[in-house]
Amino acid sequence: MNVIDYTPARPAGTLAFLRGELRPRGRRFTPFNVVSVLIMATAAAILVVRFAYGLGAVTNLDQRFPWGLWVGFDVVAGVALAGGAYVVTFLVYVMRLERYRPIVRVTVLNGFLAYVFYAGALVLDLGRPWNVINPVIGNSFGLTSVLFLVAWHFMLYMTAVLIEFFPAIAEWLGWKRVHRVMSGLTVGAVIFGITLSTLHQSGLGALYLMAEGKIHPLWYSELIPVLFFISSIFAGLTMVIVEGSLSHRIFEDRLSSRLKRSHDDILVGLARIAAGAMFVYLFLEALNFIHGRLWHEMAGGWGAWYLVEVVGFVAVPMVLLLVGATKGNLKAVKIGAILGLLGVILNRLNVSVIAFRWNEAAHYVPSWMEIVVTAGVICAEIWVFRWVVRRLPVLGHRPAWAEAPEAPAQARRLPNKVAV
Amino acid sequence: MNRRTFLKVGAAAGATSLAGCASAPRNPGQVDEDLAVLVDLTKCAGCRMCEFACAEANGLPEPVIEDDAAEVRRDTSATQWQVVNRFETSKGDVFVRRQCMHCVEPACAAACLTKAMLKTDEGPVIWREDKCMGCRYCMVSCPFDGPKFEYNSAVPRIQKCRMCWERVTQGSGPACVENCPSEALTFGPRGELLELARQRIYQQPDQYVSHIYGEHEAGGTGWLYLSPVPFEELGFPAGIRNGSYPELTRDFLTSVPVVLTVWPAFLLALRRSTAPDESEAAGRGPDDGHREVRS
Repeated sequence: MNVIDYTPARPAGTLAFLRGELRPRGRRFTPFNVVSVLIMATAAAILVVRFAYGLGAVTNLDQRFPWGLWVGFDVVAGVALAGGAYVVTFLVYVMRLERYRPIVRVTVLNGFLAYVFYAGALVLDLGRPWNVINPVIGNSFGLTSVLFLVAWHFMLYMTAVLIEFFPAIAEWLGWKRVHRVMSGLTVGAVIFGITLSTLHQSGLGALYLMAEGKIHPLWYSELIPVLFFISSIFAGLTMVIVEGSLSHRIFEDRLSSRLKRSHDDILVGLARIAAGAMFVYLFLEALNFIHGRLWHEMAGGWGAWYLVEVVGFVAVPMVLLLVGATKGNLKAVKIGAILGLLGVILNRLNVSVIAFRWNEAAHYVPSWMEIVVTAGVICAEIWVFRWVVRRLPVLGHRPAWAEAPEAPAQARRLPNKVAV
Repeated sequence: MNRRTFLKVGAAAGATSLAGCASAPRNPGQVDEDLAVLVDLTKCAGCRMCEFACAEANGLPEPVIEDDAAEVRRDTSATQWQVVNRFETSKGDVFVRRQCMHCVEPACAAACLTKAMLKTDEGPVIWREDKCMGCRYCMVSCPFDGPKFEYNSAVPRIQKCRMCWERVTQGSGPACVENCPSEALTFGPRGELLELARQRIYQQPDQYVSHIYGEHEAGGTGWLYLSPVPFEELGFPAGIRNGSYPELTRDFLTSVPVVLTVWPAFLLALRRSTAPDESEAAGRGPDDGHREVRS
């Protein structure tokens, strides 16, 4: 086995170790660092104005368009793209497809951070954020609200994903006992997490069920919850493919030899599953189209825009992923994944912003400040992700004492005290 | 407590406490008792006394008088909870007031995750400052665009007609109804107002179109309208469905407890069925190495 114990020596105890870990590593003035710090600083300044003078001071929202980019992109699209965590944990812990185990941790980390930052961005959009605790503490449970369900599931899912990721934190800190306890909770958290994801991914679509008449008929359907759930599967997987290809290059020094060897195989496998989910999605779209008698809606610009989304950003990437997977053409897989990823973002923006009140003369367009804040949230997430990947055993290189699952069978049968 | 008990308990607790519950349709007898207002558009002279009475009763800025009410379609706003607009129709000028419709089954209240938006037992739909977190989902859901948000405030409120809830619970009528000089507005229990409206249509069929707006629209509203011309000519929002809006999410919400109970069981079964051999099938797959060392 290729086991490297990278854990640094920590003679002065956990606190000193943490202080050391907080120090930045690598070059400080890279182009990304400079640009992203500028964006985050501007976003912070905009947020000060936003909380001092109200949402109207920085956003283009109005009485007709109460939800804009911060909800449509950050929350509705962002959470769909975080779907990879529940799909990959399903493959590894429920279906026991060991092939995907090397990417479980990085995917779970990505999912966790996406929920913290993108669902967390919802707080920026709340007019009265100090009351955010109300649906939690029980003095006012709005049980008839889809948003109540989504909010609760966000919180519970973040907890479940944190439990799934905790062994990595324990390995980093050298907490062997905690590691054993938390590893035992993984399967439970995974199953609970998949259930919650099924419900809140579809719940994000169900939010728009009452907006019948406000959303263009090509995007409004009774099937929205199902369509949102199915598309979250390939949203998550294409995100894993794109993100995996990037971090494969950026964090090459952090990769375990196992992940290096199998990375291409993993991408091809995920591409095939994503293509399958896209096929189901297209079938449901077609069913909805025929059932809803939507032919007459196809005339004009909105029909063309619908085709751009469904053909250009679902059917085409499906073919690319399928061909790429069959022929082992990684380039096709990566292009297909990028298109599929953009397609889901496009779909979520169409439902929540673009085709919302499509017949309104003066349509909402986000202000530059809304865009900068969104970019700032993304940059902040990347910073935290990078910090964690550079320090914790996410992409590989786990400490020797935690390697038990990957060790041969005999090694696993050792008595407890030897393993600890 | 082993993992499976943990899961069972977790699933059961989840199913009961987090399921959410779809709002049941209200029973018709109860709906008839809701306090409501009937607007007879044939009687409204467009004096806009109601606008001023509303502003005064609710501490809002005095409405601005403009004469081009036919050209400029005014909408309600955070500082004006009701507006009267003039429409030129085949039967002459018709003045139409708009405000929150106080639906029988309000979309806004079903949408609200903190019960800030509340359908009171008396009928009016009110907003409660101490509950609201300002998510504006009520605005997304309301088919009539009733709720308005104070975008330019650091402490924003949702503003809309409350049917003068404090006044009506103390036995008087809403300010606008009490100040209407032409008897265009009638306040009372919804069932009785529907009877009154039908009676007027039967007795003067040439004066009214045979349609009480709000009897069925959006599942029934607390504001009912009689009109001399079809409502499409009067700028009433198009595409309002006849069923209630919360009904649209009912199927989804009732499926939630089902998924919460069935899904974990199904996933556990699937996991067991994929275990490599019988000895490990009892939930000790190769991936639980850390726990297995205890054997």
